Amino acid sequence: MQTRSAGDVSVSRSAARKPRGSDKARSEARLGWYLAGPAFVILIAVTGYPILQALYESLFSFRLTAPGDREFVGLKNYGVILTDGLWWSALVNTALITVVTVAVELVIGFALAMVMHKVLGWLRPIVRTAILVPYAIITVVSAYAWQYAFALTTGFMNDLLGLGDFDWFANKWSALFVICLSEIWKTTPFISLLLLAGLAQVPADMTEAAKVDGATAWERLWRVTLPNMKASIMVALLFRALDAFRIFDNVYIMTNGAAGTETVSSLAYNQTISRLEIGLGSAVSVLLFVCVLVICFVAIKVFKVDLARARGEG
Amino acid sequence: MSVKERIGWYVGALLIVLYAVVPVAYIVSMSFKSEAALSDRQFFPSQVTWANYDGIFRGNGSDLFLPALRNSIITCLAATLIAVVLSMFAAYAIARLNFPGKRLVLTSALAVAVFPVITMVTPLFNLWRRIGLYDTIPGLIIPYLALTLPISIWTMSAFFRGIPWDMEQAAQVDGATSWQAFRKVIVPLAAPGVFTTAIIAFFIAWNDFVFGISLTSTSAAQPVPAALSSFTGSSYFVQPTGAISAAAVIVTIPVVVLALVFQRRIVAGLTNGAVKG
Repeated sequence: MQTRSAGDVSVSRSAARKPRGSDKARSEARLGWYLAGPAFVILIAVTGYPILQALYESLFSFRLTAPGDREFVGLKNYGVILTDGLWWSALVNTALITVVTVAVELVIGFALAMVMHKVLGWLRPIVRTAILVPYAIITVVSAYAWQYAFALTTGFMNDLLGLGDFDWFANKWSALFVICLSEIWKTTPFISLLLLAGLAQVPADMTEAAKVDGATAWERLWRVTLPNMKASIMVALLFRALDAFRIFDNVYIMTNGAAGTETVSSLAYNQTISRLEIGLGSAVSVLLFVCVLVICFVAIKVFKVDLARARGEG
Repeated sequence: MSVKERIGWYVGALLIVLYAVVPVAYIVSMSFKSEAALSDRQFFPSQVTWANYDGIFRGNGSDLFLPALRNSIITCLAATLIAVVLSMFAAYAIARLNFPGKRLVLTSALAVAVFPVITMVTPLFNLWRRIGLYDTIPGLIIPYLALTLPISIWTMSAFFRGIPWDMEQAAQVDGATSWQAFRKVIVPLAAPGVFTTAIIAFFIAWNDFVFGISLTSTSAAQPVPAALSSFTGSSYFVQPTGAISAAAVIVTIPVVVLALVFQRRIVAGLTNGAVKG
């Protein structure tokens, strides 16, 4: 299949068109927006409206159980949250989960990608299918599977590890450990598929040349393979980091924030849906949104990733 | 590759299969255990029982499970269909036409894809309650579009860019009308991309949990993932482990079957949209 990028097409077209005036260009632009417009408008409406509304609601003291007491309080909700230890502990948990899972996933994901890259013949489709299983399974189901495996009553893990009656979910660190395991299991396939696509782009003659020049396998990996797949590593890293930072399902199923395992998303959920504190919940939501923006900004500035380009828009 | 190396990669492949399958195998095993055997701490059930499945399809779990299954199917199919149709037009425009703001459409899709879903929940929860969309199926389909549209636009644009659009003109030169040329040449080339996008969008909608538990409360609209977390056992003191496991297996079957049948396409779609192919 041809792999010409959209950029080439538009360049050659506009070059051909310019001398003939802009009537055709204008009708093409209009058609473009007729076609892309509906999707764009819906995209903006379904997310733009809620974020503006959340910004607005976050300025009120508003509890759904006492709607009459709604009162404008300015930035007070933010003050309440930012001076509360719960927010900071949720933020630290979330950051910790993000760093640990993404780091482990990169390593395991790369190993899996290498295996998938090397294994040929009848085994290849089997491996590729198997790797899709965790991706396809809903997070809630995987959360239950891991929870049951580690739980005191139903789990086989304690017997397997010889830990007797150790309650994984009663302790913050062991609970976070199981949450991370489940998250890693579920999302590593995505990373490894991205890295596999990156591996396929490493020019084979370069690796071959390095081999002829006497480079060891380790040197080839660090000097040739990894630098050549930098783009796909960056994309995998950033997308997983943003995804991990929103972690909710696993935490909700396994502990629901108990034992100090609250994350930023579960904090927002608990304020709004369980406690009906719309004002405070909105403020947490806005802060979560700000965190995600900061991660994007840092990624773009520090790693100089052009997201749109890395995602394939040339 | 030496024989030794080859064996090493094959062992690696075996480990991958085990890695992927063990947690799933455990939940399947739990679903076949009797209530008494659930806490025996064994990986495999010593005796296979269908009681858990019977419970969610005919017993006291069916009031919750069957409507949830129906809700999930309707909501996810509708959200997928709407997203795929809309993004098909958008992706065609992006791949084919030159218009100002093309990059804006792609960038916003990307921005929405990284948007923290829980941020939408608070305002939607409030608004849906006011205008009567809370706990309704349309009230879930709309937010699901925020999940399915961005990935559909990206994946399909990547597919559409790979189509050799000149073939359409070639067909016209050979005497086909422009509609015939489009239908006979472009549509068959685009169909696999559209289909793959639909499967990926469906996976994502099927996986949703946040909207499911926040924007619904009864079997009128609650999808399966949310219903799973509100299962109760046969009595207040019994953990609903068996019923949850059985229901988990049932919701897993359709997505795993799709993944098995279309694995090649799904892998292509996921990586096409993400890394320039």
